[in-house]
Amino acid sequence: MSDHADLIALQATPIDVGRTIAAVAEAQAGAIATFLGTTRCDADPGGRMLTALDYQAYEQMALAQMGRLAAAARERWPIRRLALVHRIGKVEIGQPSVLIAVSTPHRSQAFDACRFLIDSLKAEATIWKKELWADGTQSWVHPPHHPTTT
Amino acid sequence: MRSLTGNMTIHLKMFAILRERSGAADAELHLPEGADVSQAVSEAGRRFPTIAELLPKAAVAVNLDYSRREVILHDGDELALIPPVSGG
Repeated sequence: MSDHADLIALQATPIDVGRTIAAVAEAQAGAIATFLGTTRCDADPGGRMLTALDYQAYEQMALAQMGRLAAAARERWPIRRLALVHRIGKVEIGQPSVLIAVSTPHRSQAFDACRFLIDSLKAEATIWKKELWADGTQSWVHPPHHPTTT
Repeated sequence: MRSLTGNMTIHLKMFAILRERSGAADAELHLPEGADVSQAVSEAGRRFPTIAELLPKAAVAVNLDYSRREVILHDGDELALIPPVSGG
């Protein structure tokens, strides 16, 4: 187990991808897996074009959830260092909205931990996106599923 | 003087579509002692009628943890109404 604190953040400023990945590098880690989620250029069925996403979070709860996810990942895989960073506020098309970076001794552990972290974060963390459209309209994204209630 | 029994203050927080439709990020709910989460959610719907139809689909968190609706609340609890999440 590494004694380095996990890098867990919600931030209103652009994610510095290179610096965050460099922060999880470590001599005992032979692999770093990363997941970078970026704002996709989308159009709705009526041809309306997306210009940006605007993220809102219940920050205290989301940070606590991210900390628990990191701890759960550390129980399952031999993680050396770990970063979970999510944007809040307006994110333009093509810009990163979330970055997960995990370093482990071997690559399969890093891939598996990274996938677990992004899937769990998307399913549970109290973060929402609002779509900002080129015609000036806005719409919150609320999938039909329910968050975990246990 | 002791505060009146049968009256607790719950700190309500609302997010995303619920914040937008209610026009409020925060509010205080006053509920009788022993009230549970479902009573608080009903009270939120009375206070903010524009979100009432959305509340059955919302999850609830009490003091930063997802909570079931039959959980008993305590004075000063923070109760958040959580529409389906969409981070990432």
